[in-house]
Amino acid sequence: MINRFILGLTSGQQVGLLFVLVFGLLLIGSIVGFARSIREPGDDPAGQARRANLKNFNSVLRTSWFMVAVFWVGWASGERVATALFGIVSFFALREFITLSPTRRGDHRSLVLAFFVVLPVQFWLVATEHFDLFTVFIPVYVFLAIPVVSALADDPQRFLERNAKLQWGIMVCVYGMSHVPALLLLDFPDWDSDKNAFLVFFLVFVVQGCMVVQHAASRKLKRAPSAPHISQSFNWASWAIGVGVASFLGGVFSAITPFKPGQALAMAFIACVAGSLGHLVMKALKRDRGVTNWAGDVASVTGASGLLDRVDALCFAAPVFFHSVRWYFDL
Amino acid sequence: MSWFLLGLIRVLTGAQARWYGCPPKAEQRIYFANHQSHADLVMIWAALPKELRGITRAIAAKDYWTKTPFKQWITTAVFNVIYVDRAKTGEQDPLEPLIEALSHGDSVILFPEGTRGNAEEPQSFKAGLYNLALKFPNVVLVPAWINNVQRVMPKGEVVPVPILCSVTFGAPLQLREGEDRRVFLDRARAAVIALRDV
Repeated sequence: MINRFILGLTSGQQVGLLFVLVFGLLLIGSIVGFARSIREPGDDPAGQARRANLKNFNSVLRTSWFMVAVFWVGWASGERVATALFGIVSFFALREFITLSPTRRGDHRSLVLAFFVVLPVQFWLVATEHFDLFTVFIPVYVFLAIPVVSALADDPQRFLERNAKLQWGIMVCVYGMSHVPALLLLDFPDWDSDKNAFLVFFLVFVVQGCMVVQHAASRKLKRAPSAPHISQSFNWASWAIGVGVASFLGGVFSAITPFKPGQALAMAFIACVAGSLGHLVMKALKRDRGVTNWAGDVASVTGASGLLDRVDALCFAAPVFFHSVRWYFDL
Repeated sequence: MSWFLLGLIRVLTGAQARWYGCPPKAEQRIYFANHQSHADLVMIWAALPKELRGITRAIAAKDYWTKTPFKQWITTAVFNVIYVDRAKTGEQDPLEPLIEALSHGDSVILFPEGTRGNAEEPQSFKAGLYNLALKFPNVVLVPAWINNVQRVMPKGEVVPVPILCSVTFGAPLQLREGEDRRVFLDRARAAVIALRDV
């Protein structure tokens, strides 16, 4: 019955229904949050824990509202606007990354190049569907251009480190992020490309699902961390649980994608492995800078909102997901 | 224009104000801060809440900020700064325009180093702050630390780069009874530096 109803809808209505469902869930979450906040927690340890818990819950809720709203605006106003929106997110993520990187005066021109040339060009390439150039523009051309500009600034001190950091920032925040809107523009055979919003939803859903399950599992299991100097919470057991659960969810949700269940499972698995391990790599980068998250204690200094903390897994998962989809389906 | 400029500064730097030690309050104040870039006064202007922006005037070097018609217009019409001559011109007291603004009841933003520094720590403070504190004992002295601005636009560059910046305001300082000038200035400088690590 329900199945037939959903299949009878046009693709636009189907995506609309998805948003109604997601907004409904968020609304329920917000009502729960509000109900829990009515009673003032006491000052005893249990009350303190409850307060911290509530604060955490509310911050996750706020981020989710924000992200869903961005997706909704992007979907409602077309692919071009969606691409521009992801471009803005990428801009703020890169701003956060550069703030915590040790740049010197000699890097100024390279930074101008990164923010005001590389970033817009990359997203313009996505919007105009120049997929061949778009996949090599940053790894090939920008990779060479940035150090040339830096070298011309005539400052040899820590040259390799400064350039490596900048290249990394561009790679993760711009290159990775630009692959998310690129998914909207793929043309699958026997699949209405209006429904590509589902593909983006699928990717975000499995990757974030993987992170949440992994986080919850590591709290419950309390295993010894596998790389304690990098992350106190990462261990292989909870990682496997996170990836496993999220891949399974991906398989279940294959109906909203152009994939068959087995394919969806494999694609979700690839995205989750890339995303969760990428998140670990970003943690290592943060440790190198002596902070525990991109906002963290430095938030007070820099005003960083910790945007990068939320999107880094997506930034690593998106290019791998995009490339394997294109390769497997020969698009 | 000021609305556009504010948006631009927020996008580029976040322009975050952190009030430690005193709330933003509409009383007559002298804010004194470290000075590393010409953009410092723009930064502190953007970080202040809207209500205080109108009654707070920064001091700006006359030779730099009146060089082009655009710079002159923006500092006069938007920031409403107090121009100060950096080059000493005979008998005229460089503090004159500041004293005038303070006796009108405005708050002022001061960079007591006099010139931009590029070392880790600010240079030693000039006597202006002490003289003003002596002359206006009822004005509250608030130290401030401006973070990261020199990375946004280093000397000699024209295009700013987006990097998050912040301004930290600390607990007000008071000139003690009969306090020596040098002692007070060093104390003020230490108060500014202390805000770096809050």
